[in-house]
Amino acid sequence: MAKGVWIVAEQRDGAYRKISFELASTARKLADQLGEEVCAVLLGSGIEGIAGELGKYGVDKVYVADDAALEPYTTDAHATAVAKIVKENDPSILLLGASVQGKDLSARLVGKLATGMATDCTDVKIDGGKLVAFRPMYAGKCFGEVTVASTPQMASLRPNVFSIVETAKAGEVVKFDAGLDASQIKTKVLEVQKDTSGKVDLTEANIIVSGGRGMKGPENYNIIEELADVLGATVGASRAAVDAGWRPQSDQVGQTGKIVSPNLYIACGISGAIQHLAGMSSSKYIVAINKDNEAPIFTKADYGVVDDLFKVVPEFTQVCKKLLA
Amino acid sequence: MRPGGKENFNISILWNAGAGPADAAVRPLCIGKEDDVNIVACVKQVPDTEAMIKVKPDGSGIDEAGIKWVMNPYDEFGVEEALKLKEKQGGDVTIVSLGPARAMETIRTALAMGADKGIHINDPALEGADAYVTASALAAAIKAIPHDIIFCGQRAIDDDSGQVGSVLAEMLGLPSVTIVTKADIEGGAIKVIKPIEGAQLLIESSLPCVVTAQKGLNEPRYASLPGIMKAKKKPVDVKDAAALGVSAEVKAKVAKFVPPPARPPGKIVCGDDPAAKAAELGRLLREEAKVI
Repeated sequence: MAKGVWIVAEQRDGAYRKISFELASTARKLADQLGEEVCAVLLGSGIEGIAGELGKYGVDKVYVADDAALEPYTTDAHATAVAKIVKENDPSILLLGASVQGKDLSARLVGKLATGMATDCTDVKIDGGKLVAFRPMYAGKCFGEVTVASTPQMASLRPNVFSIVETAKAGEVVKFDAGLDASQIKTKVLEVQKDTSGKVDLTEANIIVSGGRGMKGPENYNIIEELADVLGATVGASRAAVDAGWRPQSDQVGQTGKIVSPNLYIACGISGAIQHLAGMSSSKYIVAINKDNEAPIFTKADYGVVDDLFKVVPEFTQVCKKLLA
Repeated sequence: MRPGGKENFNISILWNAGAGPADAAVRPLCIGKEDDVNIVACVKQVPDTEAMIKVKPDGSGIDEAGIKWVMNPYDEFGVEEALKLKEKQGGDVTIVSLGPARAMETIRTALAMGADKGIHINDPALEGADAYVTASALAAAIKAIPHDIIFCGQRAIDDDSGQVGSVLAEMLGLPSVTIVTKADIEGGAIKVIKPIEGAQLLIESSLPCVVTAQKGLNEPRYASLPGIMKAKKKPVDVKDAAALGVSAEVKAKVAKFVPPPARPPGKIVCGDDPAAKAAELGRLLREEAKVI
């Protein structure tokens, strides 16, 4: 019978992505309820040294494949390696991150393992010995409680939502052979272009300052950027601002943009069209600054300021400067 | 130039911007054995992004009354890319869709945009299909036709699963490149750009392959009036689960649909002076929410 709660850890350039610790902590919680072990799969090249670190977050055993063919990430190589070790060990639950890489890998694994998966979950629990995953659907306009009839029961977890809990466990490292054959790998990463701005990606940001149609034009985003600089925040935008060409596509928050869940989301001059609300409703705190007191954004906001953003935002930047000095 | 400072991404090998039919002559393509490309685009009919979604009182699904149905926006990017490829290289575009009778409208929309023929998988038994069942049905339909490249949306905006393209690729034994914002085919391979957190990747894949489209890939065209007229006469094959030999048994099931969790009512910062309101907001975020 399938047993064990498994995660696929994510690393880049030999350092764990934060989602790995979120996955480990969540798996620990589920495994304790089931009385089962937590195992992690770690793939890459020259990464054996970091494997044991996962023990700190509740992982009993880390299966490591250290192979040059696993770096950089390719769908074929990673899906083949994970499927091999998972099939050999038959876990009951398999969790991945709903990061860009995790989304790609998890979906391919659904095919390889012939199972079901709840994507981009915001909560998971055990009910009657089975996984119940809670996930936004219709971009958060409703939620679904998902169960998976086959094993492993797969779920991908939305980054930045699950808490990291330190629970010291053995973190025993077990090496395995990924069993890769070059002919299986049909994709190749030719080039990596890093964003050198030093900004945290929207999906990983703690604080986001977003501007919408109320910004009136691309030249006014400097006031948003100044506030973001003071707060160490990432700048986002509504679809209206992106479609108008004021901001790049990569900045868009919403149903056809990025789904974000920062600690603090500050919406400036965003009315709150339903497709925008869908992308940011899982933020922990929402602030809305808008001169229209009827704007739907205020129905989601924890704190609202009804006023001209061109007056309030620069003042607020000064306030934050003093608070953080 | 777009604002935002991302323009320095200059992934070199790729794009001869605006490469069109004129270029095709000097950039001969060899996909498969023929010059003509067999292109497939998978589409799904979904509620419009502006639609309000109401959960049925018994939690068994959503209330479909009054919903305006459209082509999944990510699938539109896939269809557009398929049409651009056809225009550049020659070939034909087959639209494949799983859905009830109304999904035929979406297939016709894609045909009106310029696709050549359609396959409509329509079977009440497949209602509530999860990603695995959906991909099985699409794979069975696509296996029966020539396919050099398959476009899907990176996710459908109804169930937001984002799995079908990858599972389909696995079932067809093909590589997949997902969530891509640029694609270019040359010499029997495809090169794509894929944004990841804090970087962009240039990835090459052999063909045939499955490509899942992200916003930014292109600007989907509107159907022209003559296009709409022509679409009515284009062939669409209708198939059911038995004809495709697929099982309707789902692996993942939405046991219950629920409305989104309510957020506690918010506070409006009052006053006439923007500076005082900014100060009060700062105090609340610092002392009450403790987030700055």
